[in-house]
Amino acid sequence: MEDTKGGSGANLDRDRLCAFYRHMWRIRAFEECAIRGAEAGEVFGTVHPSIGQEAVAVAVCGNLRRDDILLSTHRGHGHTLVKGADPYAMMCELLGRAEGTCGGKGGSMHIADFGIAMLGANGVVGANTVIAVGAAQRLKKLGSDRIVACIFGDGAVNRGTFLEALNWAAVRTLPVLFVCEDNRYSASTRTAELTAGEGAAARGRALGIETAEADGNEVPTLDAIAREAIARVRGGRPVLLVTRTYRLTGHTSRDPAGYRPQEELAAAREKDPIRRCADLLRLAGLEEAELAAIEAEARREMAEIYERARNAPWPRRDLAYTDVQDVGAPTERPY
Amino acid sequence: MPRITYLEAGRRALAEEMRRDPDVWAVGEDLGRGGVFGQYRGLLEEFGPERIIDAPISENCILGSSVGAAMTGARPVVEMRFADFALCAIDELVNQAAKARYMFGGQTRVPLVVREPVGLWKSAAAQHSQSLEAWYVHVPGLVVVMPATPADNAGLLKAAIRCDDPVVYMEHKDLWGLEGEVPEEVAPIPLGTARRARTGRDVTIVTWSAMVHTATEAAERLAGERIEAEVLDLRTLWPWDREAVFESVARTRRVLIVHEAVRVGGFGAEIAATLAEELDDRLAAPPRRLGAPRVPVPYSPPLEEEVRVSADRIAEAARALLRS
Repeated sequence: MEDTKGGSGANLDRDRLCAFYRHMWRIRAFEECAIRGAEAGEVFGTVHPSIGQEAVAVAVCGNLRRDDILLSTHRGHGHTLVKGADPYAMMCELLGRAEGTCGGKGGSMHIADFGIAMLGANGVVGANTVIAVGAAQRLKKLGSDRIVACIFGDGAVNRGTFLEALNWAAVRTLPVLFVCEDNRYSASTRTAELTAGEGAAARGRALGIETAEADGNEVPTLDAIAREAIARVRGGRPVLLVTRTYRLTGHTSRDPAGYRPQEELAAAREKDPIRRCADLLRLAGLEEAELAAIEAEARREMAEIYERARNAPWPRRDLAYTDVQDVGAPTERPY
Repeated sequence: MPRITYLEAGRRALAEEMRRDPDVWAVGEDLGRGGVFGQYRGLLEEFGPERIIDAPISENCILGSSVGAAMTGARPVVEMRFADFALCAIDELVNQAAKARYMFGGQTRVPLVVREPVGLWKSAAAQHSQSLEAWYVHVPGLVVVMPATPADNAGLLKAAIRCDDPVVYMEHKDLWGLEGEVPEEVAPIPLGTARRARTGRDVTIVTWSAMVHTATEAAERLAGERIEAEVLDLRTLWPWDREAVFESVARTRRVLIVHEAVRVGGFGAEIAATLAEELDDRLAAPPRRLGAPRVPVPYSPPLEEEVRVSADRIAEAARALLRS
């Protein structure tokens, strides 16, 4: 697959672009609610926002089939929402409520929804790459045309699991789409300072894996590249897609990210994928009022969901003891 | 009843499970050539490379891919070659396999068996000899199994493969050649049930894995001194058979827990503490433990012998317990 430069907004499918815009706003509104919830002490644990990275979620997950398998990261709200998870169940999970995707046992870092083949966010960087390979091996053995999409950050490419998973997928010719969502920071340190050679894409090519690179903030182009990559993976071979984006928040909602230069942040805001998508929609003839209505509707939806979720019931305390294991379970006797 | 080795019993049990259930597959290094000890000999020919899967030396991916496969309906048997090497994949086992069901609110199961050969064997030294069962017993979500006999290696491996939980299955390398009677038709042995290896009235020795044989040898010696030791083979460490242990210790009123692993923080401590808490008024003496000193396993035979729990040491500990 050839590298693709940014596209123009001239001949875009306006409805498709509108849908991207709406989905990106839904992700952002969801996460802004979650951040306010964390600040209010109502969302517990740690929230890792993907604000600024929404285009990757809509372009990759928006092109997956409902039965395609998705593995995500600690920064995975957007991926999961676009895959089709119920934002109310997700918000309940963040708020630790019984109706959460995991009954309140996982929280933000462990959201999963097996009903839409979303096999989990993961609290360990790079851990999902090897899990993805096994799921793909199972699909291949079944003769299925489903694929596995595995999204991870740029920090993950320095973990051994990244090498092991890519090698395994290549050697066994497995249907995995590896997506590196490069937001330039490994937690609070610039990844470039810690990464030898040319980074993720070069590593993929070194293993003989078809590798594509894309601007992760330019949604229509990314959409086309992701769609082509997914088609190739559905044909039975692994592909690595490296997307370059930027995390507009800190590592967590509590991280003020003082370690990055203000000029860098200001430049990144100019390239905010939502802003760029709005510009394209204006070119395609959308009125300001229509753009504002899409944003307002997303904010209204998520605010209403947040309000419902914060009034949802807590899990019963005895559920702390369920779903540990069948043999030797704590419900058998008080170990 | 035919006599076969511990190794052959495990090989046969796996083959039978693979014939019974097409979702079972085995993955690990060198499996196509029979595995490092020959536990997989002949299986590639019968089941093909999609079910007897040769893996690169990528422990994270061997175990991690098995987690992904198990979450999507496969029942992988994961060969880690040596328990020591399984430490390379501790994240995949402890943070992923053991946690997925719980942290995802019961949406999935991870039915895999991780075979981790343990124990002192042919001067294998510090990185090929460890018995780390206590680590895994500490982790909620895992089942821990340690067979001591050929019959148990067949019946317990079958049960482990049919179990929907992740099972750490620790075979002892020094037992591969041990022969014993194994029925033609092996039934799965319920996990969490101990086996009384020897009956006695004076003292209970609770043990597992290769130490069952060493403890039995010690008990035979003690019998010559008119001390009748009961030997309980725990077989499964999590869950451990509290009923069997309590019943035996309540009868003998004295208990010695023996394991090859390092004594400090070993699983013997858990059993001893539980008995002290719950059976104190029935005990004639405090529970005693015997395990290895807290040193890495050395290479040279006299040094290795120094850290090994021997029949002599077990017999001496039992005598001391009876004097108290």
